[in-house]
Amino acid sequence: MTNREPLLRVEDLVVDYYSPRGVVRAVDHISFDIMPGEIVGLAGESGCGKSTAANAILGILREPAQMTNGRIFFQGQDIASMPPRAHRKFRWRHISMVFQSAMNALNPVLRVGDQFVDMVQAHERVSKRDALDRARDLLRMVGIDPLRVSAYPHELSGGMRQRVIIAMALALQPELIIMDEPTTALDVVVQREILQEIEELQRELQFAVLFITHDLSLLVEFSNRIAIMYAGEIVEMARAQELFREPKHPYTVGLMNSFPSLVGPKSMITGIPGSPPDLANPPTGCRFSPRCPHCTPYKTMVHPVLQEIEPGHLVACHLYGAEQELTHERASTAS
Amino acid sequence: MSAQALPVEVAAPPVMRVEGLTMHFPAGGGVGPFGTRRWIHAVDDVSFDLTPGRVTALVGESGSGKSTVVRCLARLYEPTAGTIMFHGEDVTHLKQRKELLQYRAQVQMIFQDPFGSLNPVKTVEHHIERPLKIHHIVPRNEIHRRVLDLLSSVGLSPAQEFAAKYPHQLSGGQRQRVAIARTLAVEPTVLLADEPISMLDVSIRIGILNLMHELKASRNIAFLYITHDIASARYIADDVLVMYAGQVVEQGPTDAVLQNPLHPYTRLLLSAVPNPEAGLTGRRIQGRGEVPVVIDPPEACRFTARCPNVMDRCRTAMPRLAEVEPGHLVRCYLYPNS
Repeated sequence: MTNREPLLRVEDLVVDYYSPRGVVRAVDHISFDIMPGEIVGLAGESGCGKSTAANAILGILREPAQMTNGRIFFQGQDIASMPPRAHRKFRWRHISMVFQSAMNALNPVLRVGDQFVDMVQAHERVSKRDALDRARDLLRMVGIDPLRVSAYPHELSGGMRQRVIIAMALALQPELIIMDEPTTALDVVVQREILQEIEELQRELQFAVLFITHDLSLLVEFSNRIAIMYAGEIVEMARAQELFREPKHPYTVGLMNSFPSLVGPKSMITGIPGSPPDLANPPTGCRFSPRCPHCTPYKTMVHPVLQEIEPGHLVACHLYGAEQELTHERASTAS
Repeated sequence: MSAQALPVEVAAPPVMRVEGLTMHFPAGGGVGPFGTRRWIHAVDDVSFDLTPGRVTALVGESGSGKSTVVRCLARLYEPTAGTIMFHGEDVTHLKQRKELLQYRAQVQMIFQDPFGSLNPVKTVEHHIERPLKIHHIVPRNEIHRRVLDLLSSVGLSPAQEFAAKYPHQLSGGQRQRVAIARTLAVEPTVLLADEPISMLDVSIRIGILNLMHELKASRNIAFLYITHDIASARYIADDVLVMYAGQVVEQGPTDAVLQNPLHPYTRLLLSAVPNPEAGLTGRRIQGRGEVPVVIDPPEACRFTARCPNVMDRCRTAMPRLAEVEPGHLVRCYLYPNS
């Protein structure tokens, strides 16, 4: 990457859920950047905090979730501290989102075109006719017959509804689109068609994407850089191909080893033993330690820190970076 | 007998033979023109065998009819046509409760959603003891022992501890293991697994597949594995059937079908699977559209609308499922005998 300013900078983000069982820390001190036009993948299993992080960036966390620490900069401006009114104007114009349940994100009793009009008119002073014209153009861009502006959502298939949502996310030409499992509910063939379309649009319009999914193999194909989340933390971050060829964190290695391949010799793969931790009561030290094949008693005591072990490759694991460990050891023996 | 030299695997006769299985449902919206009812062809003319110690995978997208096949085999539906032979007996139209009970004691089902298939107010032990009691598998005083054995055999140990837990205290993978232990309780010969891993976290999916692999060998179970994930079928299945719009378009030994896919739909499906080695670019797939719902279909191949190799005759007649190489069948006019 060049020395350009990042488009989005997330610094030390913490999100807590206040539940009757106590505070559950869903996102625990995560930091990352997204450069203009970059596709960054955020991967992890259900409950690891990836969707919560996305909602925090978009400023749409709802009770009982609360952002309790950190800052979010967009083009140098702190957006997390924006007043709600200003944030409403900012959202969608600069950062839009394609939700996981796009099937249900459309209003069932409004024609597709009218939903475009509502959305565009909330941000710009345009006539209904102009807004509908724009809707037709956008539908054409995502491969839907422009005449479908007058269709109701139930008249469209799942794949087409998802395309409508993507068109709506593109409508105001935002610099960043957050996509939260945009194709998970779709069949593989439709999934691939939509991803191809997103990639072409992205090349043409140069927006940045934060792509959230549990499907690591898809992410390696699709994104420039990948962050792996586990139990609320980023445990590894690197360029996509590098992460694929040389995963460092034992969790990343385990995830890579969880997908049977369609090519090459067939071999027994093992996945990861155990299951993800309960965030209301996370393990001490390294959160992955109960499932880690390299774990030693020391690692259950001391929390590993995310550090750069090669240019652009960050890992939070005691297997890497001996210096860090020593200082920790000293600190823990001293106390 | 001279057959002694043959490996056991080859000699094992199928436990279940499905022949020409067809399931039509009345289409909503009442009758069509001239007062005729319209029919959804959910499954049309599907044939295959299930053999002890082998996994047969049924692969297809949503709407392809794969779950309907399973429900017919579990006799939750009574098929419109075709036969299901189980141990040489015709079970297609079993109606009496006693007969169905006997059948279901040997043909068990694993469901997709381990959150919905367990009773939230009952312990794990309760779930596993029920089939033992209903089907009188072991004497009463041995039930508890058997429950613990079953839990250990699906990798839930310490078994004593797991037996006392409630479903909400278990992870998705553990719940699915409980569901599997419950099916094993009746010592089934056939297990029908309908998308057993698609709702689980990615890191624990493979564990369930490995468990199925182990069980097919150790208990000589005939598995039918339903999935939309063709890579997982390659991982675990010995034979594969690819379904499209209610029909089998290609079937055969897993390696033959996946290394040398013949039907254009199988090729499309394979090319759509994410492949980190290749990347998206340069592998643009064509095949716009989704699996159609087939209502009173015309005489034509059902894949014509999306097929890159479509020919005139595909639109006027339905190709037969024909053997192209030993054991490898395909339904397409690109190949002889169709």
